Amino acid sequence: MPLDIYVNVAIGGILTGLVYGLMALGLSVIFGVVRVVNFAHGEMMTIAMYLAIVLFARLGLDPLLMLAPIAVVLFVAGYFLQLRVINRFITRPEHSQFLLLVAIAIIIVNVLLMIFGPDAQSVQTSYSFDSYQIGPIIIDATKLYAGGAAIVVAIALVAFFRYTTIGTAIRACADNYTGAQVVGLDVNRLYALTFGLGAACVGAAGTMLVIIIDVTPALGPAYTLLAFVIVITGGLGSMSGALLGGVLIGLTEAMAGLLFSPSAKSMFAFGILVLVLLFRPQGIVGRRTA
Amino acid sequence: MSKKTHSAASLVTRRTVTAGLGAGFLAGTAPFSIGRAAGAPLKVGVLLPRSGYQAGIGQDCQRGVDVAKAVLKQMGMPDLQIMNGDTETKVDVARTTAEKLIADGAQLLVGAFDSGQSTAIAQVAEQKGVPFVINIAAAPPITEQGYKFVFRNFPTGPMILRDAFLNQKEVFSVAGVAPKTAVMLHCNDTYGTAILKGTEAMFPKFDMPYKIVEKIAYDPAARDLSVEVSKAKATGADILYAVSRLNDAILLTREMIKQRWSPQAVLSIGPGWYEDQYLKTLGKNANGPISFVPWYDPNKKATKLLKDALAKAHKGIGLNTNHVYTFEALLVAADAYKRAGSADPKALADAIRKTNITDNVSPGPGIMFNEKGQNDKLKCSAIQNRDGDTVTLAPKEAANAKPVWPMKRG
Repeated sequence: MPLDIYVNVAIGGILTGLVYGLMALGLSVIFGVVRVVNFAHGEMMTIAMYLAIVLFARLGLDPLLMLAPIAVVLFVAGYFLQLRVINRFITRPEHSQFLLLVAIAIIIVNVLLMIFGPDAQSVQTSYSFDSYQIGPIIIDATKLYAGGAAIVVAIALVAFFRYTTIGTAIRACADNYTGAQVVGLDVNRLYALTFGLGAACVGAAGTMLVIIIDVTPALGPAYTLLAFVIVITGGLGSMSGALLGGVLIGLTEAMAGLLFSPSAKSMFAFGILVLVLLFRPQGIVGRRTA
Repeated sequence: MSKKTHSAASLVTRRTVTAGLGAGFLAGTAPFSIGRAAGAPLKVGVLLPRSGYQAGIGQDCQRGVDVAKAVLKQMGMPDLQIMNGDTETKVDVARTTAEKLIADGAQLLVGAFDSGQSTAIAQVAEQKGVPFVINIAAAPPITEQGYKFVFRNFPTGPMILRDAFLNQKEVFSVAGVAPKTAVMLHCNDTYGTAILKGTEAMFPKFDMPYKIVEKIAYDPAARDLSVEVSKAKATGADILYAVSRLNDAILLTREMIKQRWSPQAVLSIGPGWYEDQYLKTLGKNANGPISFVPWYDPNKKATKLLKDALAKAHKGIGLNTNHVYTFEALLVAADAYKRAGSADPKALADAIRKTNITDNVSPGPGIMFNEKGQNDKLKCSAIQNRDGDTVTLAPKEAANAKPVWPMKRG
């Protein structure tokens, strides 16, 4: 096979991986601070995807322009979900939290089914079929835009946590729950804010993914699983780990599909997960906990 | 006189009155009974996957049921009373729903789109002695069991493949082309794997002009098929031989355009590339692919009736396999009821066995069943997408257009 095929496939894998990474970033942020595993993560992403589809179909609004508004909607939804519901489960056993979020996931899937039906839906933007050609290299325009937007959103999130007062307070909650309470931080509100930010991330990722893939209500569980694979590979709770994990999984799937059998590409992604769990259980850039 | 009178009076006992009333009742009800069979609608239980993951297809088949009443009336057929049953896309539910419909009075069953569900219904129909006319199901074993009450007016898997190769040759001949190489992209589900195996077994027998240079399997639930298309493109094959479902057909088309790959043709066996949603989603980019499918003969009179009725009942929905074969299953039922003059299951089954409907919709000489209950005279078609619709390229007796080769999207 000519070399340019490998390069084309690798670029496509990296760009898709960046969007995967942004989606997983939300999961990692939520777990890193709130210590709740969001089993409704992929389902929340499908809500964002359907919002983008409705806005495009009814008002002709481009999903890339709708990235910020949809992220805000998901932020608000995530904020109140944490504040009103999940916060009540924070001190309960983990299986209670698990059941709560699985129940939320099931409700989301079924409500979407009732509203939108089971058929796949998509947006057809003016650039849906565009690609850029540089010599023998062909880059999918939608993936390029989505990958670029993922980098921008990830940088903004990292900057928020590092350089703002609220970001610092959230990190304090993540480091020491009791200590944060002792110094007077409103932990419940900060948790809600964090869950909102995680939801906003997944909302942004969903809005970008909708220009790459079609959406069905049943899409959610597959992406929840994918997000888990990515964050565990990169390091649960680590933002850079989530992005790195996303790129690694995207690239692995693409190259495995090219070099071996495309139908077996998910197997290689899970293979990496197994290797990480065996030899570096804290994830590639995760910190080992006592 | 008095003796006579006495004698006559003595003959009219309670016993004779009862017997006379009984005879009168029988005499009165016998013709009434026959009259009811001929006049009352035949109760047909229509089993479809109306919910579950095949719900979309089941609902599409239902459109064939919706328009059947009006079309059958135009064709001079007796009325049918439809009893709807939902298989929920589950084999066990298909079985219990068939039993329930029979218990509720269904005199004939129709269904069920899927081979697994149809197999389960066939077992119930045979056990209860109620005729079952399969609308869509391609697994050969269903009509290989020696069943007496099971009939199928749909091609089996081997028939679909046989016609696909014959129709390809006809298309090549009309277009005056002889492609040398093909790359096969197939989904790796039960259907895709069955077609792959069938192709491997039957391909050498048909002396096709091209060789299959690579076979690439993919997951039909995959959200990104860019790698698969890159791999297929790298083979430099003249044609893409595709075995897909709907969503993956759309994904593959998008990727082909993005990766600027234009083989001479896309030859598809099975669903996806010609479906309404494919045509609507991709617009002018849907033009070109040729699909080899059980279809309809656009030149037949009954096709026009069905098309008109569908356009009236479901605006914007194009006539397709699901409508045609579900309608024809009901046509078989109505025709048998008309000839049998009775709703007796055995009489209906005997009448179906002698079916000879030439005024039908599907390609081929008509609807007739062999000793196994299979319509082996059915023919599949080659259809090409053109401007949001399809045209039929082969077989020649059912063709209404010539192939555009190489394919042009815009």
